[in-house]
Amino acid sequence: MALLEVKGLVKHFVAERSLFGRARAHVKAVDGVSFSLEAGKTLALVGESGCGKSTVSRLVLRLIEPDAGAVRFDGRDLLSLDADALRKFRREAQIIFQDPYASLNPRMTVGQILTEPLALHDLAPPAQRRERVAEILRLVGLEPRLARRYPHEFSGGQRQRIAIARALAVEPKLIICDEPVSALDVSIRSQILNLLRELQDRLGLAYIFVSHDLAVVKHIADRVAVMNLGGIVEEADADALFAEPRHPYSRALLSAIPLPQPHARRAKVVLQGEIPSALNPPAGCRFHTRCPFVIDRCRTEAPALVADEAGHATACHRISELPPADGILPTAGGFTPELAKLVAAFSRKTEGASPAGVGIQSARPTNT
Amino acid sequence: MIASPLIEIRDLRIRFHGDDGRVTHAVDSVDLSVANGATLGLVGESGCGKSVTSLAIMGLLPKQTTEISGAIRFDGFDLLKTSDQTLRDLRGNRLAMIFQEPMTSLNPSFTIGDQIIETILRHRGGSRRGARDRAIELLRRVHIPSPERRIDEYPHKLSGGMRQRVMIAMALACDPQLLIADEPTTALDVTLQAQILELMRELKAASGAAIILITHDLGVVAEVCDEVAVMYAGEIVERAPVDELFSAPQHPYTVGLLGSIPRLDHRADQLATIEGMVPNMAQPPAGCRFAARCPFVLEACTRAPPPLVEVSPGHLSRCIRAPLERLVS
Repeated sequence: MALLEVKGLVKHFVAERSLFGRARAHVKAVDGVSFSLEAGKTLALVGESGCGKSTVSRLVLRLIEPDAGAVRFDGRDLLSLDADALRKFRREAQIIFQDPYASLNPRMTVGQILTEPLALHDLAPPAQRRERVAEILRLVGLEPRLARRYPHEFSGGQRQRIAIARALAVEPKLIICDEPVSALDVSIRSQILNLLRELQDRLGLAYIFVSHDLAVVKHIADRVAVMNLGGIVEEADADALFAEPRHPYSRALLSAIPLPQPHARRAKVVLQGEIPSALNPPAGCRFHTRCPFVIDRCRTEAPALVADEAGHATACHRISELPPADGILPTAGGFTPELAKLVAAFSRKTEGASPAGVGIQSARPTNT
Repeated sequence: MIASPLIEIRDLRIRFHGDDGRVTHAVDSVDLSVANGATLGLVGESGCGKSVTSLAIMGLLPKQTTEISGAIRFDGFDLLKTSDQTLRDLRGNRLAMIFQEPMTSLNPSFTIGDQIIETILRHRGGSRRGARDRAIELLRRVHIPSPERRIDEYPHKLSGGMRQRVMIAMALACDPQLLIADEPTTALDVTLQAQILELMRELKAASGAAIILITHDLGVVAEVCDEVAVMYAGEIVERAPVDELFSAPQHPYTVGLLGSIPRLDHRADQLATIEGMVPNMAQPPAGCRFAARCPFVLEACTRAPPPLVEVSPGHLSRCIRAPLERLVS
């Protein structure tokens, strides 16, 4: 059974009210989203700003209340939980935010930040809390002595480790990572991504990984749902999606990402026009205003998300007529043999010799 | 080879004096040059000095707290020695800059037309009507739909991608010879980023201007740059033609960067990490600034600062262990 099952989730925000408080205009942030997530796996929600990916993640945690739909977590119906039961649920599902500068209380020490969830959920008797905090800090690659410091004394990457530690303190089954590495520098980004994967392997965590960065998603996700204007347009195993994206929007997204490979040979789909507003989404298929394959039917009739036998689901009327998608992404050739050797040598030497307080313990062996 | 460069930076050093008497070495011994029609990528992580270098070219660093030495030669001028008056004549005219956040770089209380027209009138003079026609033409060149109507709109009415186009139109208003673009697409979604990058390529081909593109995104560099300079802790650690940098980097920091980015065109089970932290630039280390984080470090690295030397024609590295192939063969 899936750990998390989401069916027909809908959330419309009121954008404008009349003088008497009647809603006049709605932003259809999430409009009928369904997916499921197995324990220990990673589902990525990807899409551009305003596609509703962050709203979905908050609806799943009931940080905001959905207008319609159902969320089942571990067999329980989340939407019917009372306040007490909801608190218990929050022990099992946590969230990490994008900005590690804004998500930690500047007036609390790291020790206090990590002790709070332990006390709140009564997870460790007071005498053992300090020990547990030390254990959690070690888990995310920080030294226990840092518990006495305040968030401002840490770098962005270290703060994100603290945010991860706080999420781990309650031993959750699911962590929602909302753009967890977008605010970080590239070299720090890889440390956090490696850490997230290592923790998943060790603790059997499930992740919902919300991101606009498809390269990061390819690296970390088992399954990917591509969202456009409040709906999922394609959902598939990560390998399948990156090997052969089907929906024209997924293709455009993938082809828009600059590759760190000069003169890479690839088919380009440069979308014309702006992203339509979620306040006034186009009728029919919501991608039709920018779609290079649009036909009349797309303008009036919204396509359903239909899965094939392999579980690769696409919402497009023209799915059977689209040209093959190979050539959008070169699957290899990124590393020249020289570069591969240099990077392998760089990684080998770094392992085991990490400076105090920043290294990740027991990095997994690299198979290159 | 290429004729004399359009802009040439020699031994640029920039120090900031803090209120508490601390001196931060933001940029040290930077040498750069860009030829007409070429695009140079300036890459590095936060705080490496890439933006400070570009602000120095534009003369936009605060005078009271900044100590600058070296030379920035642009078309017969030394930009570090010219008067403010001359600088004002050059900026927005032959030197133009695009910033990362288009919302904060446009004035919210004037229409976009007013802001473009002001630039044209300041540098080119002529009638307001003529300037307005040129502004409309510029908006059309950056692919803003129905520019005749859009020109009278205020910045808040435009989306992020549109605003960045307006910024580009404004930068192009006087056909600059050098365009500095500081993270021009970082705040944009990928499909918009692709449009803006396409636009920059188009404009470069049409105008022959030189471009300095500052970015942390190695993908963007690979797509639009001819040459790349990698900065670390205020210094250029590697400079190479774009193909060579991505196929055979010669500085360990570049290797670490290339290994640490998740890529769509390569599968890695584990990403490389660069352990440790950037050195405190109030007291830069005596030797190589990357030594403390470098897996290939030798004792000699920590003794004296390594020079930037040519490893192969046009490919420079600030590493005494280069060429790095020796380390892996």
